[in-house]
Amino acid sequence: MQLFESLISQLRTMWRILLHTFSRAETVQYPEQKPYLAPRYRGRIVLTLDPDGDERCVACNLCAAACPPDCIALQQGTREDGRWYPEFFRINFSRCIMCGLCEEACPTNAIQLIPDFEMCEYDRQNMVYEKEHLMIDGPGKYHDYNFYRVAGMQIEGKDKGEAQKENPPIDVRSLLP
Amino acid sequence: MSEGMTILFAISVMLAAVGGAAVLTWFERRLLGLWQDRYGPNRLGPAGILQVVADMLKLLTKHDWTPPFADRWVFIFAPTAIVVAMLLGFAVVPFGPGLHIIDVNIGLLFFIGMTSLAVYSVLLGGLASNNKYALLGGLRSAAQMVSYEVFMGLSLMGVVMLTGSFSMQDIVEAQRGGWFCVSQFLGLFVFVIAAIAESHRLPFDLPEAEHELTAGFHTEYSGMKFAMFMLGEYLGLILVSCMITTLFFGGWLAPFGMTWLPPIVWFSIKTFLIICFFVLLRAAIPRPRYDQLMSLGWKVMLPLTLLNLVVTGAVALWMQGA
Ligand code: SF4
Ligand code: SF4
Repeated sequence: MQLFESLISQLRTMWRILLHTFSRAETVQYPEQKPYLAPRYRGRIVLTLDPDGDERCVACNLCAAACPPDCIALQQGTREDGRWYPEFFRINFSRCIMCGLCEEACPTNAIQLIPDFEMCEYDRQNMVYEKEHLMIDGPGKYHDYNFYRVAGMQIEGKDKGEAQKENPPIDVRSLLP
Repeated sequence: MSEGMTILFAISVMLAAVGGAAVLTWFERRLLGLWQDRYGPNRLGPAGILQVVADMLKLLTKHDWTPPFADRWVFIFAPTAIVVAMLLGFAVVPFGPGLHIIDVNIGLLFFIGMTSLAVYSVLLGGLASNNKYALLGGLRSAAQMVSYEVFMGLSLMGVVMLTGSFSMQDIVEAQRGGWFCVSQFLGLFVFVIAAIAESHRLPFDLPEAEHELTAGFHTEYSGMKFAMFMLGEYLGLILVSCMITTLFFGGWLAPFGMTWLPPIVWFSIKTFLIICFFVLLRAAIPRPRYDQLMSLGWKVMLPLTLLNLVVTGAVALWMQGA
């Protein structure tokens, strides 16, 4: 009896598969037909500028620390106006797994993943992107965020206590009981 | 046919069979694609047919490597054996009235013998590779052989009883009154299952089983030798399809008196449809464990075949008496 049931089940399977003759193929014919990539798709990595057109990255190294395959390398430097910046910033895309953890870790929204995955090279060395390859000319996904405007750090033209939602610094010596 | 004609015909059959097997690799992938809602190879040439040429070039130019730990001569002999045996099997296939390479009075036995020889190729390939996966593949092949060879031969005896001859042309002629797929339904059912096992096709490709045994008996094979195994497998598929056509679906006889197509065309159409059916089986049905295959063979198929034999024999005797 069980045998009979399984026989029927096999025949039913074959019939159902045969009906697939009339259903359309799901395949996306890739190079001619591009698939839809959502704006939040995790692809190639870019470094962005803040709305004022200044480099966002403050070389805090958080992205490099978060990166699971350790493919980000950078060196911190200080500009004359007090801002920090990366002297070099290097991502080895042949190791990057497009996990997006660097984007999550970044306090300044500088590093962002964009919907582009077409990175093919014949030479492995060409997969190593330097800062000039990573830099783009705009704020990327976050249009209004400017780290130095909200952070308490003192730079030229913005003293302590002048950031948004920040109170003026308290003079600890005047705190009388 | 004169002797020269026969030789010419034999060569053309061989070329057609090998060419057919090559095209079949592409056709099967397209058909599987169709049934699995994708395309299969469709880039190279019209509908991707040039994929066959590309694959062939790739296989031909690949490094043909014999592993140092293998049993060299057996290793080389194994893939040759399967192709030779399968090609020899085509000798008895009747493609049309009087259109056969040789019509011996033991045609059917010859076919069974040749396909059984092909099993040795798999066994030897697995043994000579000196590799554990290959050995497991060969082992399974042996287990598979003992479980289906018996009922494969027996399932055809019903046909022989009704015809009273082992000659293929006689078997076709005997179906003028009605194809054997009706009167020998059980025989057909059992033979189809045995034929799948014989040609090592999914769902009974246990010796190969790429999901569990890397590639089974041909794990160590590459380049031309691997191509020979593949060629043998597809030749086997064509051969058993030809056989099913001949034995159960009236061979080159036209159905419903539609004789406006030449017999060889009818033969090709029927064979083609049966090949499609085999591909459908591959697309639809998962692979059983090999103890399941064995118990199916011994506990279900063998009794069914014997029942079929007894009933056919009784009916044949009764009709003779009447
Ligand atoms: S996406 Fe992941 S792997 Fe790639 S650089 Fe960022 S953290 Fe590293
Ligand atoms: S990209 Fe972001 S996380 Fe990485 S160093 Fe620059 S500011 Fe820090």
